[in-house]
Amino acid sequence: MRSRKIEPAIHWGMRLVTYSIVIVIAFIIIDIVWKGLPVISWKFLSGFPKKSGAEGGILPAIVGTLVLVLGTIAVALPLGMASAVYLSEYAKQGKFTNTIRLAIITLAGVPSIVFGLFGLGLFVLFFGFGASILAGCLTLACMILPIIIVSSEEALKAIPQSLREGSLALGATKWETIRRNVLPYSMSGMLTGSILGIGRAAGETAPILLTVAAFYLPKLPNSIFDQVMALPYHLYILATQLPDADAVRPMQYGTALVLIALVLGVNMFAIIFRNRVRKKYRW
Amino acid sequence: MRISGLKENVVRLAFLGTASISIIIVMLIFVFLGKEAFPFMKNPGLSQLLGSRWAPVSFIKEVYGIYPLLTGSLLITILATLISVPIGVCGAVYISEIAGNAEREFFKPFIEILAGIPSVVLGFFGLVTVAPLVKRIFNLPSGLTALTGALLLALMAIPTIITISEDAIRSVPRSFKEASLALGASRLQTTWRVTVPAALSGIIAAIMLGMGRVIGETMAVLMVTGNAAVITMSPFESVRTMTATIAAEMGEVPFGSAHYSALFWIGIILLVVTFALNMVAMRVLKRYRMS
Repeated sequence: MRSRKIEPAIHWGMRLVTYSIVIVIAFIIIDIVWKGLPVISWKFLSGFPKKSGAEGGILPAIVGTLVLVLGTIAVALPLGMASAVYLSEYAKQGKFTNTIRLAIITLAGVPSIVFGLFGLGLFVLFFGFGASILAGCLTLACMILPIIIVSSEEALKAIPQSLREGSLALGATKWETIRRNVLPYSMSGMLTGSILGIGRAAGETAPILLTVAAFYLPKLPNSIFDQVMALPYHLYILATQLPDADAVRPMQYGTALVLIALVLGVNMFAIIFRNRVRKKYRW
Repeated sequence: MRISGLKENVVRLAFLGTASISIIIVMLIFVFLGKEAFPFMKNPGLSQLLGSRWAPVSFIKEVYGIYPLLTGSLLITILATLISVPIGVCGAVYISEIAGNAEREFFKPFIEILAGIPSVVLGFFGLVTVAPLVKRIFNLPSGLTALTGALLLALMAIPTIITISEDAIRSVPRSFKEASLALGASRLQTTWRVTVPAALSGIIAAIMLGMGRVIGETMAVLMVTGNAAVITMSPFESVRTMTATIAAEMGEVPFGSAHYSALFWIGIILLVVTFALNMVAMRVLKRYRMS
């Protein structure tokens, strides 16, 4: 009898805890949008920074982040998708497959700053790329590879086995089956899953800190061996490295808003697109 | 026929080659961290790392004792776990067992948004909003404390804990719950005495993966913990974590110096710790999925 009274109370307590998470998230987003929005103007988005970023715009940081993201995708997407095709279509249970899976799990758990050290040791110093877009993109690509592999494999696994069997029964080879009957239907799923990796690449600071990011470089990059500014690093600099951090508060909020809009915008797009794809193909 | 067979093999080998890139990257990470860290073993010697003072830049004598950094990371991880586990598990149980369908769909995007917020943005929010709050509430000289860092890290661990625990709770067979309810147990009793214990290994794995994320997090702790390399177990003092040390000092250190190699040693320790946590978590997850 006692539990009849306690039960709703405990359920309400748990409800309270869960909604408090939502409230905190909403508060963070609203705080940044509220204080960042007044700063956003065409001049802010398309101008070059002045006085170490205390004044002016953030164009080089936006361009830098976009360049890094595109470069990272160009490297990681083909590698990740091909790995996923192997794991889902070719791989047999065994030691080698298990080793690949173990490697993917390991990669997914490596702290981002360790990727930075790795990129510094391998790409910047050993390959001699220097602190450059190339080194940064390769480092970020290693970091998001597991995300792309896992989500692409999921998309491939969602294709019903009967589609493959039908094609094979008609005499098509394995590769023909994959190319004509599996990839076309799973492509959109693979791409959307991978977009979540893009969000991660755009927002990460620690790996680019050691491999590409410039403290203050008010110009646009010319080649893949140039350093660039990047939004997350720029925010870090503005918030912690300037002598009078309080005075540049609006610039900090503006940069934070642009970064968060970019990352969450990309993620949101992926989620909406994913739901659409799921509705389109019902097996 | 033979030509197409050849082509099939080439294609298969190409895919196999690409798939092994993950293995190659993992090996390269170990090799290159080791390569850059190695010189420290000769000069000044590995035992130099075992000390209680971290002062890599000094006019008199540089010391590379990593104990303060270890305790810093440990303190923040413990605090963040203490904060995030009750909230995360509670949230997961609520979302999977109590919330209705519409409510569940309402929570999902919020959890995904939280997982997507870049750590530097959370660090910035912590610096501007959370740190002054901590300072005022606990009446401290500075808001840049271990507690502030732990609060932000808890926020980052919560999405991981919720998603994986929820998955584990939902995969508990319905027959378990039905049997419990049929025996006269209330919903509350069923949830906490049957469902949660049945999903416990999954929940533990979720917590470990969350901890892995906390230990490896860099930017937020760098921005809000004050970065004083002191040995303390007080949440109200400033601490310096392993990750923050690498991020803050790597920019100014001469390549190849003892300090430089010492930072790579810290990287190796981080790598080993997170690797171990993830491996154990995966083992646990695998076992409960099989049963």
